Amino acid sequence: MTAWRRPGFWLTWPVVLLGGLAVVLRRDNTLRELGFTLLMFAALASSLNIMMGYTGYVNFGHIVFFGLGGYTGFYFISQRDWPLYPALLAGGLASALVAWALGSAILRLRGAYFALATIGINEAARAFVNNFGPFGGPTGMSVNFAAYTRYGGAAQALWLTYVLLLLVAVLALIVSAMVKHSRFGLGLMGIREDEDAALVMGVNAPRFKTMAYVLSALFPGMVATLFFFKNGNVEPGDAFRLHMSIEMLVMVMLGGQGTVLGPVLGAITYERLRGFLLTSPIFKDLHLAFAGLFLLLIVLFVPTGVVGWLRARFPRVRGLLT
Amino acid sequence: MDQLTASLMDGLLLGFVYGMAAMGLSLIWGVMRVINLCHGAMMTLGMFATYLLFTTLGANPYLALLVVAVLGLGFGFCVYGVAVHHVINAPHLSSLLATFSINMIIIGVGTAVFTTSPRNIDFPMGSVQMGPLTLQGTRLIAALVTGLVTAALYLFLYRTYPGKSIRAVANNRDSAELMGIPSARVLALSFGIGTMLATLAGGLIATFFPFTILSGDAYQPRSFVICVLGGLGDPLGALIGGLILGTMEGLIPAFMPVSWVPVVEFALFVLILLVRPRGLMGARS
Repeated sequence: MTAWRRPGFWLTWPVVLLGGLAVVLRRDNTLRELGFTLLMFAALASSLNIMMGYTGYVNFGHIVFFGLGGYTGFYFISQRDWPLYPALLAGGLASALVAWALGSAILRLRGAYFALATIGINEAARAFVNNFGPFGGPTGMSVNFAAYTRYGGAAQALWLTYVLLLLVAVLALIVSAMVKHSRFGLGLMGIREDEDAALVMGVNAPRFKTMAYVLSALFPGMVATLFFFKNGNVEPGDAFRLHMSIEMLVMVMLGGQGTVLGPVLGAITYERLRGFLLTSPIFKDLHLAFAGLFLLLIVLFVPTGVVGWLRARFPRVRGLLT
Repeated sequence: MDQLTASLMDGLLLGFVYGMAAMGLSLIWGVMRVINLCHGAMMTLGMFATYLLFTTLGANPYLALLVVAVLGLGFGFCVYGVAVHHVINAPHLSSLLATFSINMIIIGVGTAVFTTSPRNIDFPMGSVQMGPLTLQGTRLIAALVTGLVTAALYLFLYRTYPGKSIRAVANNRDSAELMGIPSARVLALSFGIGTMLATLAGGLIATFFPFTILSGDAYQPRSFVICVLGGLGDPLGALIGGLILGTMEGLIPAFMPVSWVPVVEFALFVLILLVRPRGLMGARS
């Protein structure tokens, strides 16, 4: 583990941490909401990148971990009256556990078959939660407003969730950077390039893939618990939007898959772009179409994303842009 | 018991149409190894094209289907040229995302133009009485049309030169090219035919179910399930898979609440992918 010796390691997460802390110092509610969204997407995109960018397995069902983890964490907060911190861990662990169980089965599939299976799992999970009594079925669950008094009132609770999210996001980025520069990460990238060759070279592909899947599932569960705690309710439609899975894919592609900085850049760019399209009077109705057009242009012409393009354009800063 | 048979027959007839949509998906996968994520959007386009021809021109919806088929073929060509051709040799992610972006564009423009309010084609075809069973005319015709289209597709694939080229390219694109088959044109043709099948299925569904611009999102995952049931890349298998899925949709509600149907469907889907990735009838891997 010599990741910290590389200059690239010190670029992404410190910037995010400082930016996030600046918002806390400013005490500005609007800025906090924006920061919350950006941090959430950055954490989600970075965790997806571990599976998609490093290992090369396209996951259309990343939102399953968001949904199931969020549901579990929220269940403990609203129905079992747990404090936020253990519920946060429970949410993350629940998704990691689901990923481990699922992963040992579906990671035997490769390429497009794996992508198809993740679509199926996404639909199955949504339909299941829709029918599952303890999770409130189609109406979901909501948290009693009194629960927020434990954290010094609703306003204080919002700041608390923000700070916790900042910590989770920074943790996700550190993990992403450490994986990238570790032996484990090299193994994953070997699998991405040629799984059979990696197997022959002694990479324990099944174990590596499962570990990557579990790691990438841990963070969405934690992020979702915070997100739904902040919202105060959870329902199947919000928790399992296939669209959000795709949006995460777009963010990773846009920033540059397989890099640490890419997903963060992609998350910020995509979110700002979407905000612009949604509020501009000309594009308001067509924002989905423009997002699609944008994605198509990236896929066709800049498949390596912003970071990949920068790396090719400015070879000198390659060490920094990892 | 009568009710069970009735819902079974309903599901079975519906299964034909599901099967036709899945045939398109399966053909595209078989020929170019692309999972077409805009298949559902193409079905929606078929629904709306039929609807518009019916409401504005007053055309008979079944005659309108002929026009829809031609439009679908042309549209498939265009989509192939714009989005798929550049990424045909890239990793799977690229073609998945390229077709998905087409899906987003279609749904986005469609939502802006048509909004998401439900529509339907009011063109009753009566019903047929068979003993205790009442079969809806629209569904019978839909099954009939599917049968005809399947027969035509097989005649095309096995008896004509372009059809044989499609099968050759599906078998081995490099060798086919060495034999002088223009593979780019063949791929565009297959994508066009796949799209045509999707729009036709959409148009037929529109004759008996109400629909919105987002309906494709509900039918597309079903097409995946069917393709996997029948074996990816095998059009006839897709039709049989469609019948199986339709039957299940007819039977499951008799034993458990309707809302559990998707859970069973997709659990089965993942299970089959794991156990028999080449489909129920396919060879063992």
